[in-house]
Amino acid sequence: MAYLEGKNLVASYGVVPILHECSVEVEKGELAVIVGPNGAGKSTVMRVLLGMLEATAGSVTLDGKDISMLSTQDRISKGLAFVPQTKNVFPSMTVEENLQMGGFIRKDDISKTIEEVYELFPILYEKRKQLAVQLSGGQRQQVAFGRAMMTKPSVMLLDEPTAGVSPIVMDEIFSNILDVRNAGMAVLMVEQNAQQALNIADKGFVLVSGRNEHTGTGKDLINDPEVRKKFLGG
Amino acid sequence: MVNNMKTFFQDKKAVAYFTIMAVVLIFVGLNQSWALALGIINMSLISAIMALGVNIQWGYAGLMNVGIMGFAALGGVSVVLIAQQPVAEAVDAGGIKMFIALIMGAATITLGILLNRRGINKWLITAIVVTGYLFTRYYFSEAADIIEKVDPAITGYLGGFGLPIAFSWIVGGVIAAGAAWWVGKITLGLRTDYLAIATLGISEIILYVIKNEDWFVRGLKNVYGLPRPVPYEVDMQQSEWFQNFIAWIHRSELQLLSQSDQIEKLTDYVREAAVVFVKLCYSGLFIAILVSLIVLSNLALNSPWGRKVRAIRDNEVAASAMGKDIKSQHLQIFVLGSAIVGVAGALLVTYDGIFIPTAYMPLRFTFLIWVMVILGGSGNNMGSVLGAFIIWFIWIQSGPMGLWFVEMLSNNMAEGSSSLEFIEDRVHYLRLVFMGAILLLIMRFSPSGLLPEKNKQL
Amino acid sequence: MSDSIDIINAFALLTNFVILPALSYGSQLALGALAVTLVYSILRFSNFAQGDSMAFGTMLVILISGYMISKGWTITGFPTAILAIPLALIGMAIYLLLMDRLVYRHYRKIKAKQNIIGITASIGVMFITGGIVRFILGASAQRFGDGERFIFSVREFKAFTGLEQGIAFKTSQFLTISLAILLVAFLFYFLQKTKTGKAMRAYSDNTELALLSGIDPDKVVQITWLLVALFTTIAGTLYGLDKGFAPQQYHLLLLPIFASVIVGGIGSPIGAIAGAFLVAFSEILLTYAYKKFLIYLLPLSMHPSSLVQLIGTEYKYAISFVILVIVLLIRPTGIFKGKVIDGE
Repeated sequence: MAYLEGKNLVASYGVVPILHECSVEVEKGELAVIVGPNGAGKSTVMRVLLGMLEATAGSVTLDGKDISMLSTQDRISKGLAFVPQTKNVFPSMTVEENLQMGGFIRKDDISKTIEEVYELFPILYEKRKQLAVQLSGGQRQQVAFGRAMMTKPSVMLLDEPTAGVSPIVMDEIFSNILDVRNAGMAVLMVEQNAQQALNIADKGFVLVSGRNEHTGTGKDLINDPEVRKKFLGG
Repeated sequence: MVNNMKTFFQDKKAVAYFTIMAVVLIFVGLNQSWALALGIINMSLISAIMALGVNIQWGYAGLMNVGIMGFAALGGVSVVLIAQQPVAEAVDAGGIKMFIALIMGAATITLGILLNRRGINKWLITAIVVTGYLFTRYYFSEAADIIEKVDPAITGYLGGFGLPIAFSWIVGGVIAAGAAWWVGKITLGLRTDYLAIATLGISEIILYVIKNEDWFVRGLKNVYGLPRPVPYEVDMQQSEWFQNFIAWIHRSELQLLSQSDQIEKLTDYVREAAVVFVKLCYSGLFIAILVSLIVLSNLALNSPWGRKVRAIRDNEVAASAMGKDIKSQHLQIFVLGSAIVGVAGALLVTYDGIFIPTAYMPLRFTFLIWVMVILGGSGNNMGSVLGAFIIWFIWIQSGPMGLWFVEMLSNNMAEGSSSLEFIEDRVHYLRLVFMGAILLLIMRFSPSGLLPEKNKQL
Repeated sequence: MSDSIDIINAFALLTNFVILPALSYGSQLALGALAVTLVYSILRFSNFAQGDSMAFGTMLVILISGYMISKGWTITGFPTAILAIPLALIGMAIYLLLMDRLVYRHYRKIKAKQNIIGITASIGVMFITGGIVRFILGASAQRFGDGERFIFSVREFKAFTGLEQGIAFKTSQFLTISLAILLVAFLFYFLQKTKTGKAMRAYSDNTELALLSGIDPDKVVQITWLLVALFTTIAGTLYGLDKGFAPQQYHLLLLPIFASVIVGGIGSPIGAIAGAFLVAFSEILLTYAYKKFLIYLLPLSMHPSSLVQLIGTEYKYAISFVILVIVLLIRPTGIFKGKVIDGE
């Protein structure tokens, strides 16, 4: 059993069904990517894993324990962390305050974790007194990662971290994500830029209309002619 | 139109509510007096017209107008300006000066706007505007002084144009629409709160101006004796056909009395009947205006324009796709709704026969209209009418009801007890608490009101 | 030619009739505007009940201080109202939390359009609050300040300085300015330095992310109302000590308070303070009659005959609205960039 596992998830928005028995999983120290066309339910999977949307069937387990019934906040304290696609920082707070807010639920000393984040993203240390809104897109994304890491999560969920950024910044963000993975976390992300994402992914899930269409290692999927034709533009 | 009526009568709930309301009013007529019942009906009708205007803004487009009384007051001003006779002496003495002062003021503002558009140095513009303002103010206060000195106990103002009062209803609507256009132009498209706050502000200012500019509509000295669109009670009492008619109605009772008793009794009946008759005339007038406004607004709502309005309100995706169009659409609705409120304001002053600026308590009566719209069911015109009747009835009758309640208490308390006097003195303030509670309860437990809107797309 | 003593006299005059009154009025508005800003930032609506809430808090102070005076629990030199504030604060906090529980909480839970619903609901609360205040204290104006009226009076000032024009420093002005400084310092310390204060800012900045960070929304809202109770009660009491208590007057304070908030930039605490002083100084500077001031400064031949008043005193409240309109036309975000469009 994988570290974080969403199994046979069924979910809908009101009366509109979105997910039909969809499954995803990720191990510690592994980067898993969910790709697929628009409206495939990629972000919905995220929301279900986090408990922001209730699944009508299926289960979510973390380290073998069922967490399907827990609230979002309880799942966060169990080790899940989430970086939303947009609005993922507190814009009018400083970088340091953003990190402090990330560690809000922790009762112990968080200064060490803040230092760890600064070690991972040295530029944030330089800009720690600046407001998040004044940073560049890539730097802001680092603040978002840093904020999510403040709970010392075991799983990091990322919703389209490269949406709307330039190719250079995209490379920067991907290398950050690899850093996070190499630090031993399980990373599960939803990506629009399927080609690049699968290139660096250990595992990939191709979703179509809420169903698992293809599953495999990143390399396998890229080399799969059907996947190439349908989703990677040949 | 026919369809509208049909759907209305098919709506059993609506028919039931209106029937209950009618029965209650008849009960008041029989037990208290017909004059009171008709008084409530007439004020309810005027409130219903105001509520209709607010419903168009709030129910059709979600626009918050917290300054209803200001727009109503503009309607009231128009009655004075249109229907009163001009005060020739005051016009001769200060009219031209005042005219020049107002032209100067307008010219200053226009010049400021024009120069600003051309991008001329801001400080220069400020200097020009301030100079213009100082000159205007100098001329203006001199003119105002002269006008206000003309027989201040009776006139002391310029008077009006001496036109038939019916014109003032239209003019009231136009003036209110103009003010609404200005406020809307500035605040629509910004945050929702801005419109609410700006309407509150503008209505306060309108009332300050009306209260303080004596040369304009006499300020706190009030304007009495406005002409009427219906006959006077005294004339009715003296008209022969009316006396005969009343005698005919009461013939069986009168026959039993002696000659002198008959005359005395008949005089009493005629006096009462004259009051009721005049009120009935007003009722007829207000009903005619209310019905035609409802018909027009229902027609508008079912036109392509109205469908677009509803689409914007109900469907945010469609709304955002229409982008800039929303602002102009909202401006149209805001102006239209305010114009109707202005008409209602003119009717209110017409009905009262006097213009009393202090009677407009901006937030208090604005709030009553709001409760009417929300209680009736926002978005539904008939709901607003129903809400108007219910809320005005409660507002008027809660005074006597409160006193009755105090009397009940007094049976259990010592005569002249100080706490009892205290309560008697203050009990009417509890009406505010009561109305606030009604509003909050409807919002919470029945947000779509008594007669929910049917057109809503879900 | 006026000599230097005349210039000093002129400025003494201005201090007495413009600067000191505007400073204390501005402080009172600033405290009220901060309360509106707090509700706006956290609960996301413009609180129309603010004026009447201030009346409610002041009513509690009047009732409690009345009882204290009857028992002889007073302090020399200062109005008993100051002693009554802590107790009144508790009452105000309970009232506001109760209103939140009964009225506003529901709409947060169902995620209603808080802006519009909040305004409507707060208008309902405004009427209930105003009705209660008028029922208990009546609608007429009253004064409740006891103790020394002046820190120093015009006479004392003249005797001390030998100037022709005196300056009086009222106890209420002293209390207003010093309490306002303390409260504002406290608020900024709280918001910038404490964990709870930062959580409030985070919640205001990005609610969804705050929830994802484990910030408890109910707690944030409760603390907001506690702060609102603090600012509202003190603002109301200080205004009342300065100008007397009248429910309608408090109700109308809504206009300059809203003007302050928008002029400063809605949602920005510093903006609210700046806006409040701008509104207060404009109101007083524009309605002050400069005749005497100019007589001190100008040579005899140029002495003005009229009052030299820019706008009649009766339009005092209109001034705040005119400033509001000008700001909306020129810079809708306010002096310190606030939130202008819904859902930003």
